[in-house]
Amino acid sequence: MAQDKFWVKNLSKWMEGTGPDSEVVLTSRVRLARNIKNIPFPYLASDTQTQKIFNDVNRVVGNHKGEFKDFTFIKLEEMESLERQLCVEKHIISPQMAKDVRNSFVLLRNDEAVSIMINEEDHIRIQCLFPGLQLEGAWNLADKIDDIMESDLDYAFNEDRGYLTACPTNVGTGIRVSLMMHLPGLVITKQINRILSALSQVGLVVRGLYGEGTEVIGNIVQISNQITLGQSEKEIIRNLYAVAKQLIEQEEEARQNLLNESRENLADRAGRALGILSNARIVSSQEAMQLLSDLRLGVDLGLIDFDSKIINHLLVTIRPAHLQSMERKELDAYERDVCRATLIREKFIGSSK
Amino acid sequence: MLCQECNKMPATVHLTKIVNDKKTETHLCQQCASEKGELEFAFEPKFPIHHFFAGLLDFDGFETPVGIPGKTKIQCNNCGLTYAQFSQIGRLGCSDCYESFGEKLNSLLRRIHGSTRHTGKVPQRSGSAIKVKKELEQLRKDMQKKIADEEFEEAARIRDKIRELEKDTEGGGE
Ligand SMILES: [Zn+2]
Ligand SMILES: [Zn+2]
Repeated sequence: MAQDKFWVKNLSKWMEGTGPDSEVVLTSRVRLARNIKNIPFPYLASDTQTQKIFNDVNRVVGNHKGEFKDFTFIKLEEMESLERQLCVEKHIISPQMAKDVRNSFVLLRNDEAVSIMINEEDHIRIQCLFPGLQLEGAWNLADKIDDIMESDLDYAFNEDRGYLTACPTNVGTGIRVSLMMHLPGLVITKQINRILSALSQVGLVVRGLYGEGTEVIGNIVQISNQITLGQSEKEIIRNLYAVAKQLIEQEEEARQNLLNESRENLADRAGRALGILSNARIVSSQEAMQLLSDLRLGVDLGLIDFDSKIINHLLVTIRPAHLQSMERKELDAYERDVCRATLIREKFIGSSK
Repeated sequence: MLCQECNKMPATVHLTKIVNDKKTETHLCQQCASEKGELEFAFEPKFPIHHFFAGLLDFDGFETPVGIPGKTKIQCNNCGLTYAQFSQIGRLGCSDCYESFGEKLNSLLRRIHGSTRHTGKVPQRSGSAIKVKKELEQLRKDMQKKIADEEFEEAARIRDKIRELEKDTEGGGE
């Protein structure tokens, strides 16, 4: 894999973990699905037709050089599979796109905050990914890019159905708004399942990764809107924002209660996480996620002094494709666990004060 | 419990997804989970969403029409996709499918979104006529409300705005 390409070499801006409410909200994402009139959706389209979609987008970019000066076209067929996987881990492209690469492209902004997928499930998918709770900012940018695209392209749009998409679950606004949240307080106080199941009843989709027992791995969940038709973009964003604010409040309350009742336990947990991560030689991704979460909670609560930026970076860089890209070769599961432990140890040297 | 994917290793990764309060669970070993990318926190739902509405379709009995002799085939003229194919793959073939599958699709949309009518963004350029139409609708509603509230001055102001908009669209519209 060519190591000099910026999407291979650099870390995405969103990984820095800055932005409003970044102690609880890792990222905010807005994605718009758009299609061109009269051309079949990518999975049914001919090579000529998908080529035309690319040419059309290319023309828009050519007509708006100023707006797209920081963007680069990447052809997926020219990427090695590991490189594609790396892009999936960075959320530049979708997992589906990494699998089906026929005539697909990504138009990527250099800081990786914007990626425009071409010939994915829909002809065009505009994605804006910001660190912290910045739904409004992400929407405004996606909206602006959408307007530029539409100024030169004939979108498939119908007055009643809105933006027409390959999957009827996206039709209407074509918008998917997602938040990635770190909720260790709600997990430790065992409130998480009750709260998440309540969210799923108000039209939100909740996704979490569960490990042994009922614990969410890394205490990270993703929340997104399910409904795209019948609500405006603003309403959808406002709803998710309101839910996020409530969750943040509940999470902070849980953290405060934990701090009052079992301060030593939390400090012990964070200290042990630091100890293991600084010294371990073999670490699975599941274990690493959990330990990083424990450490992060200790840092957020001021119980331990550590640069949280390093934790944020590691959430992405300890994943399989990143490790293999770093080692410049394929690794089996065991080799990855060793490599992961080494990476973490190296990053931790000199970071704990 | 053994991994559902390879049936060899013990399942240590348990994925739970909740949609509409319906839980789906998948149990994988660490290896298969990372291979399947399930550890990557992908943004898009990975559990096939078609399962979700395949269920709805079955429920509606769309695929087993009773009492319809000869079973009429519903097909999109533009891309050739049939409704039966759509309900299997869960993807429409082209934007015309929305027209071609008409009422059947409406009932599905109602189940997924609780609505069949878009109320959000309208494209700037190609949607300018629609935009004006929607704005006029809103203004007329506003005017009726002002009249009902006996705020006649306000109502008259809105009426003038409506007239202006109507004049603009007659003059410059396509
Ligand atoms: Zn397995
Ligand atoms: Zn069609």
